[in-house]
Amino acid sequence: MAVMRVHVDQEKCQGHNRCVVLAPSLFHVDDLGTAWVIGDGRVPPGQEADARLAVDNCPEYAITITDD
Amino acid sequence: MSTTTDWAADFDILDPRYILDPASIWSQLRGVCPVAQTTRYGRTWMPVEYEVIAKIAHDVEHFSSRDIAVITPNRELDPTATIMLEAPPITSDPPVHTWARRLLLPAFGPSAIDAVTPVTRDVANGLIDGVIERGEADAASDYAQHVPVRVIAQMLGVPLDDEETFTRWAVVILQEGLTNINHAIGSVMELITYFGERAAERRAVPPGERPADLLTLLVEAEVDGEPLTDRHVIGSCFLLLLAGIDTTWSAIGSSLWHLAANPEDQARLRAEPELMTTAVEEFLRFYSPVTMARYVPEDIDFEGCPMRKGDKVLMTFPAGNRDPKMFEDADKFVIDRARNRHFAFGSGIHRCLGSNLARMELRVALEEWLRRVPTFELADPDAVVWTGGQVRGPRRLPVRW
Ligand code: HEM
Ligand code: SF4
Repeated sequence: MAVMRVHVDQEKCQGHNRCVVLAPSLFHVDDLGTAWVIGDGRVPPGQEADARLAVDNCPEYAITITDD
Repeated sequence: MSTTTDWAADFDILDPRYILDPASIWSQLRGVCPVAQTTRYGRTWMPVEYEVIAKIAHDVEHFSSRDIAVITPNRELDPTATIMLEAPPITSDPPVHTWARRLLLPAFGPSAIDAVTPVTRDVANGLIDGVIERGEADAASDYAQHVPVRVIAQMLGVPLDDEETFTRWAVVILQEGLTNINHAIGSVMELITYFGERAAERRAVPPGERPADLLTLLVEAEVDGEPLTDRHVIGSCFLLLLAGIDTTWSAIGSSLWHLAANPEDQARLRAEPELMTTAVEEFLRFYSPVTMARYVPEDIDFEGCPMRKGDKVLMTFPAGNRDPKMFEDADKFVIDRARNRHFAFGSGIHRCLGSNLARMELRVALEEWLRRVPTFELADPDAVVWTGGQVRGPRRLPVRW
């Protein structure tokens, strides 16, 4: 079965923090406001919609989703 | 002042019609001229499409932050005129911007903001205590106005007793300063003296005994082994104090205006408090309070516009937030809008440093108001007064319950 993964491009991320609010179990931000995926970015079943919401609300287009 | 008839070639952001209902002007422009211009107050361009505004915000090489005021009085006469004192990081370009911002980021990150959430709740409740028995209040001047200034004064480490002075500076410098520079200069001088004194007092306290606040952070900060200059410390204090006052006050005020004027949304938010997260983002998108500006340092042809050195470009984030190419039903307020890539806090390297703080303040101010004040409505719609320019929001907002 395909595994959905989220990725953050730290070069693009400006710390708007929208992803963390929408999907706190997938993302966290560090002290400088830069977002990182939690763990290996694998989206647990049931959280796919949250992952897509994070993508759709990031004003910097810093989040992407892949299926592997 | 002559009245604007041609918004594409001669717009005026201080025109009362623009202050009251900018969205209808943006939508009129989008079809005919996505980058409007004017020579009022010196030559200025006004993009109204999301993608164009985002592109400018990311192109810091061709669009400088050295003058971010939407209007700089006397610029037509003196192209080097600026209204602001140097206020790093907002008036800085890289490389100074990078370290000036980095130094402040941790103090405004999510965990630092969690720590001031209870303070904000107390401030909100104290204000509501003062009006709840009356059955009516001015939601702008009795409530919204006081929340951000009280919280940031505490974070900076300056006395709350000076609240009225801080608010006066914000109004005189950031609002009235657009048209009355002499008045603004007096306040800027007062502010420089004030923060110079506060910084000196703080340096006089032995290290280790200084309170953990932003003033201490600034006087102890070092860059390449050197302390910050007084000018930098004062400029950053100026920015941190003033950037959050009328901006957040406007965001809270506009949101309360919306709830008073739209009883169905008020009822829905009361019945479904879990909508607060999307509601806050929609308030920020729909009533985006802040328009910034950029300075054009070299001639450039951009999106077909011959921009010349010394021109200004407005960062019309509020217009981009109504762009139908970016948002479904862009001119409709949708309280549960799930896909909302708004940029009310800007885009790119100058993303509002205070965005986590502002969001928290907006959310807490609305939560406490809805929790304690019963269903409320506009007491007199004609008495509502909006201000505009750099920051748009209601300044008088009589409501009753
Ligand atoms: C709803 C309230 C607020 C809105 C809509 C807002 C909006 C903005 C915007 C659009 C920018 C980008 C400026 C640019 O691109 O030139 C900005 C920058 C900034 N804001 Fe806010 N702001 C708000 C509240 C606050 C608060 C509470 C603070 C607290 C101190 C603050 C501090 C700053 C600072 C320091 C910058 C400069 C960041 C930099 O240049 O790197 N703002 N704000
Ligand atoms: S929403 Fe985008 S810009 Fe904001 S923290 Fe997340 S990844 Fe970074």
